[in-house]
Amino acid sequence: MRESPSMTLAITAQRPSFASALAAGHAFPVAVIVAIVLVIWYLAAIPMNRVLTQPLIDAAGGGLMNTLSISWSLPRPVLPAPHQIIAELWNTIFTVEPWRPRSLLYHCWVTLSSTLLGFVLGSLLGIALAAAIVHVKALNRSLMPWIIASQTIPILAIAPMIIVVLGAIGLTGLVPKSLISMYLCFFPVTIGMVKGFTSPDPMQLDLMRTYNASTAQTFWKLRWPAAVPFLFTSLKVAIAIALVGAIVAELPTGAQAGIGARLLNGSYYGQTQQIWAALVAAAVMSSGLVWLVGFIERQVARAMGAKP
Amino acid sequence: MIAALRRSPPAVIAILLVAGGLLWLMAHQVTAQPGVPFWIGVLVLWALVWTGNDALSGLAASSPLAMRLRNLTVPAIFGLTLLLLWQLIVKGFGISPVFLPAPSDIWTRITTSFATLEADFVQTFMRSVLIGWALGSLSGFVVAILCDYWGFLRRGLLPLGNLFAALPIVGVAPIMVMWFGFDWHSKAAVVVIMTFFPMLVNAVAGLQAAGHLERDLMRSYGASYFDTLVKLRLPAAMPFIFNALKINSTLALIGAIVAEFFGTPIVGMGFRISTEVAKFNLDLVWAEIAVAAIAGSAFYGVIALIERAVTFWHPSYRSRKDQ
Repeated sequence: MRESPSMTLAITAQRPSFASALAAGHAFPVAVIVAIVLVIWYLAAIPMNRVLTQPLIDAAGGGLMNTLSISWSLPRPVLPAPHQIIAELWNTIFTVEPWRPRSLLYHCWVTLSSTLLGFVLGSLLGIALAAAIVHVKALNRSLMPWIIASQTIPILAIAPMIIVVLGAIGLTGLVPKSLISMYLCFFPVTIGMVKGFTSPDPMQLDLMRTYNASTAQTFWKLRWPAAVPFLFTSLKVAIAIALVGAIVAELPTGAQAGIGARLLNGSYYGQTQQIWAALVAAAVMSSGLVWLVGFIERQVARAMGAKP
Repeated sequence: MIAALRRSPPAVIAILLVAGGLLWLMAHQVTAQPGVPFWIGVLVLWALVWTGNDALSGLAASSPLAMRLRNLTVPAIFGLTLLLLWQLIVKGFGISPVFLPAPSDIWTRITTSFATLEADFVQTFMRSVLIGWALGSLSGFVVAILCDYWGFLRRGLLPLGNLFAALPIVGVAPIMVMWFGFDWHSKAAVVVIMTFFPMLVNAVAGLQAAGHLERDLMRSYGASYFDTLVKLRLPAAMPFIFNALKINSTLALIGAIVAEFFGTPIVGMGFRISTEVAKFNLDLVWAEIAVAAIAGSAFYGVIALIERAVTFWHPSYRSRKDQ
């Protein structure tokens, strides 16, 4: 049971990033697959919207052109066509001031701020726990299984309870949402950093001992630098789930603001385009955040003297 | 003290039994607002249990069975102590059950509302989670084999798969509810989408895990693609596939419960959690969470057991040294 989370991280580490895959000659296959998906999407929009479009098409006199134009321009389609989603994104991002609740950027910022706060808190907690586990033997045996077990509880399921309970004692807004992101984040960071702090091999640890280095010196001069690659791999996993945590945490707050609120509002009022636009925004934020962590990783690796 | 204790296992067991038993009694008897001596007693007993557990974790094991037993007991004692402290703090400080119910209250609720919990469990776990998990993992596996056969598909689909695996996929829940209705089908659909990409990415990586030497050997035997796949590369891919199955078991539970927040018939764990929270019936919510945690751990454990049987050859399962 103890191997699996680190295996997850190892596999994540080997994955080529989206950008590097494109650069390595994957551009053409990816473009073909994307084109196929788009074609299927447009075609699927016709039968899936049939329930709504049939009377309109009949009224317009039938025919292929009428079918296509009506199927792809419904105001509340079952499956919106891609260009409708792009239009919705354009309307909610560029035609509204970013501080209005009608703007998608406003909701993105609400979600992003709690994601980032939770990510920072969770990463710090994860690193601190890992350092404690590495240095205190009893913690390794007793705490580690419970850290793993804590993740079998579907934390996202408790999210509404945490929000409501914290709301009852007067804690609302940013902090409860960040706490949920934090709870989700700390796990991959702890697992990765325990692996990282124990990654120096015995020869190097022996060398530190012959230098008569204190535990603190060994930690800062050997264990910490050795753990940096593990840190960034875990941070990439952590920031992606921090965003999921923030989105789910917004669901029970009565849908005031944030990507989660957009999703919930859209599902209450049948505004499919709004749901899809919020999904695209979440996807862009998620890949942007993962890219940012990867960018910092490359800068840090260069500063530490790694060969590109 | 710990070093001395480690040399006498009976003393360790005696300390754990006596201190743990006393702590149990105190948790059983505690009423609101006990005095300072009570809390000092709790702290002393807790420190004793901690010391005993620390000594237990360092005991030299004479046989593999004793080692397994020790490795199971240490975290179990840690968890039981946490439960006892939870009980003591909630009852001792008189914390309102609206904020945090005590473990004993949650247990009472589990026994009294068993029928509700069972119906929710069947709706969410037996239907949405298991069916969605099986369908999603299976389709991810099939597409991974297709990717393996056509290199073009792999080069085109895998970067997209990696991109999607990092996305907040649970957000498609409202769309699925709109398409497949309020019953468990829409939740299973969310689970299928969530579990598809981890399986795809891991299985493709696993199918490339077989070494060049072994592949060359298969070629010198004149083995066909199918033979190589079934006899060499699928067995070599099993650790990766089981890794994906384990990741997916957790994802499936989360996906099914969260999807229920977007609309459901009046049964299901996610539905129960969101409605009972609004009514401040936190003991029932915690009972649902306990059921979810036990079901999730058991699900994970069963997969881990099957993995151990299937990938017995993997280095991580070969005679493990005392760690």
